[in-house]
Amino acid sequence: MAVFKHPQILIASNLADGEVVFLGQSGWERDHCRARVAQNAEEAAALEAAGKRDVSANRVVDVYLADVEIGRDGAPTPLHYRERMRVKGPSVRLDLGKQQLPGSAA
Amino acid sequence: MTAVDLRVAQRPNAPVTTYRYDEYDAAFVRERVAEFREQVLRRLSGALTEEEFRPFRLMNGLYLQLHAYMLRVAIPYGTLTARQMRRLADIADRWDKGYGHFTTRQNLQYNWPKLVDTPDILEALADVEMHAIQTSGNCIRNVTADHFAGVAPDEIEDPRPTAEFLRQWSSLHPEFSFLPRKFKIAVTGAEHDRAAIMVHDVGLRILRNERGEIGYQVVVGGGLGRSPFVGKVVGDFVPREDLLAFLEAIMRVYNRFGRRDNKYKARIKILIHEKGIDEIRAAVEAEFAAMDRSVFSHDPAEFERIASFFAPPPYETLPETSSALRTAKLETPAFANFVDVNVSAHKIPGYAIVTVSLKPIGGIPGDATSEQMRVLADASERFGFGEMRVSHEQNIILPHVKQDDLFALWRLLEPAGLATANAGLVSDIISCPGLDYCSLATARSIPIAQAISKRFADMSRQRRIGKLGIKISGCINACGHHHVGAIGILGLEKKGQESYQITLGGDPTFSASIGEILGPGVTADQVPDVIEHLVDFYLAEREEGEAFIDTWRRIGHVRFKDVLRREGEDGADI
Amino acid sequence: MALISEGRFVEDAWRRLADEEALPKTGRVIVSLPRLEHALEVLGTESALGVIVPNTTEPSSLIQALPRLQLILISFPAFSDGRGFSLARLLRRAGFKGELRASGRLVADQYSHAIGCGFDTIEIPEDLAERQDEGQWCAALDAYSMSYQRGYTGRGSILEARRRAARS
Repeated sequence: MAVFKHPQILIASNLADGEVVFLGQSGWERDHCRARVAQNAEEAAALEAAGKRDVSANRVVDVYLADVEIGRDGAPTPLHYRERMRVKGPSVRLDLGKQQLPGSAA
Repeated sequence: MTAVDLRVAQRPNAPVTTYRYDEYDAAFVRERVAEFREQVLRRLSGALTEEEFRPFRLMNGLYLQLHAYMLRVAIPYGTLTARQMRRLADIADRWDKGYGHFTTRQNLQYNWPKLVDTPDILEALADVEMHAIQTSGNCIRNVTADHFAGVAPDEIEDPRPTAEFLRQWSSLHPEFSFLPRKFKIAVTGAEHDRAAIMVHDVGLRILRNERGEIGYQVVVGGGLGRSPFVGKVVGDFVPREDLLAFLEAIMRVYNRFGRRDNKYKARIKILIHEKGIDEIRAAVEAEFAAMDRSVFSHDPAEFERIASFFAPPPYETLPETSSALRTAKLETPAFANFVDVNVSAHKIPGYAIVTVSLKPIGGIPGDATSEQMRVLADASERFGFGEMRVSHEQNIILPHVKQDDLFALWRLLEPAGLATANAGLVSDIISCPGLDYCSLATARSIPIAQAISKRFADMSRQRRIGKLGIKISGCINACGHHHVGAIGILGLEKKGQESYQITLGGDPTFSASIGEILGPGVTADQVPDVIEHLVDFYLAEREEGEAFIDTWRRIGHVRFKDVLRREGEDGADI
Repeated sequence: MALISEGRFVEDAWRRLADEEALPKTGRVIVSLPRLEHALEVLGTESALGVIVPNTTEPSSLIQALPRLQLILISFPAFSDGRGFSLARLLRRAGFKGELRASGRLVADQYSHAIGCGFDTIEIPEDLAERQDEGQWCAALDAYSMSYQRGYTGRGSILEARRRAARS
């Protein structure tokens, strides 16, 4: 299986509260650093299948894969500016969103 | 977060200045809340899939955005009481993050509510006769109106009774709740259009004929978005008697024949563009003739009942001008600037209309903290019969302030960051939330507004430039009305980067026009430079008393394009 | 398909005829629109006739047939496609007195809209009926005590109630 040029993570929104979540090793994580990273199509398909299951189970909505690059610290950072916004929060309110949480990289 | 006491303090002496619910309205809104509570539970249980739930949550103002859900609260025709404003502040503190965003449709958006909390928020809104019904979805949206309604000197009739009449008619309409696309109605009753009726799905202009009867010019098929159009007249003078029947006829024609194969071609403007206004007018007239109009015929008693709520508050008899105001202006230059820029003429002698700018230099256009909302509520109670308006320019209007009280009002607003003297000036920028919040956006818009605002931070320079509307949208859907900005800015994605397309010559009034594209897109960093060049060129070219749009119309688009080309050759990569 | 009438799941007394099936001499049958003209010619008064029509049907094309029809089904290609609501209105206006049925993936939340526009019954696929049980359809009927519009079927018009209150 060919390795992706850009690995991928699975992004979704939590149904009940709307927060952005990432599929991790054991369920959905609110911190993208804990996201499971797919390095090839097979792993990406596994992520998507898990996502689809949780859509059916009414836990998450709007599930999709996003291309990332892995930083030196191992954290996956989305390539597109839209998803980069989603892992942090509004760029005009640095006091809000995930970026304001303790230990946030942003 | 500390719990907020949500008991509603009702000032006994507050005059009625806007519509109040009767038992039927109150029951209806409570039933909608109860229905939505069930809908949320059914969504969580899976009885409703997301696809099924989406239209119903949207029809109740709830979106799923980039970071969280977003709840859009309806502020019908932009009119708000102090009690309601305080409630909005309380909700922001209890269920959101202490602020709200006033929108170009005179509504308020909360950016962080949880789905599971939304029914409680709606319940708290219902306590103060508010709701989020039809602030989104493919239905008839919140009806907007002139924010100077009832107080403008150029008014023929207050548009709000009509708007309220239509709000009720359109609420949970059995037939028109699953339209091809959204449907927006705006009403004005004045000689100057402050409600942008030419760029709505239906725009209503109240007219008086030679016999002194009131009727409506009905404009249809205006709109912004991907394919902007200026509306066309479908009825020259529809008597009030026939208004509802005429609107039903328009809606039925649209519901049946509007395109449903492509959501970008589903608005009524495309139907009219493709079929031609004459064919649509004929279809509307045929439908109007065929229907049983007796059930829609005007109900004068009901209209009067509604109109009575909008009666003028108990104004005092005052001299035309205030000597206290004159003195205060002389003594306090900053206040004088505020009065000169943010205060408009009122139809009653001795009174004034005050625009409270939600556009502090470098701030987020339209955002207000819960504390600011409370200051506004206090200010309106102390100085303005407890009434406020939200303008589609995303500012708050205090519509009845005594000129004698202006200085005291200014001193109350100033420490709260609510006295920026820029109403209508270059830094009074309309901006949608853009990619900082919105899941549809292709680029950010707020930081662009902030950068332009900072570039023109010098207020005396702003006053020298004069009235100039800059409008920014973060995607082609044009919530920031960029097409009708004298200067419009549209954020797009170009090769994985945010890119901004600039248009000139837009006009949202009766003389409506859609802006023309200036040239290739520029980067976010370049936008303030480009705007500055354009403004400087305008200043150099303008004739006495000429607004930006007038200069642009007189000398032509090409001259403005040339400026940028020349600047580009001088080194700036524009 | 599951059939909903007055908030209950009920037995369907009608049979939808495939286009290749022969027309029975008696009973309640539903034919497709292209077959309607033929069915009207062939069938006598001892059989009850229904027709299923697309939501884009021009009501005038059914005018002649209306007195002979006892059931009209309007198909909803998607629940969010509201054309069927206007068509129902227009058929009622044209004087149709028989059963009007909405057919498609309508959700319970649209029940009062359908009733308001003149529908009597709704038929939905079984998988939807499993998720949206009778209780939900029944509750949807009672969600609103009154509505703002006049001239639509329903629990009562707020405007009418206000008129009455003003008179008394």
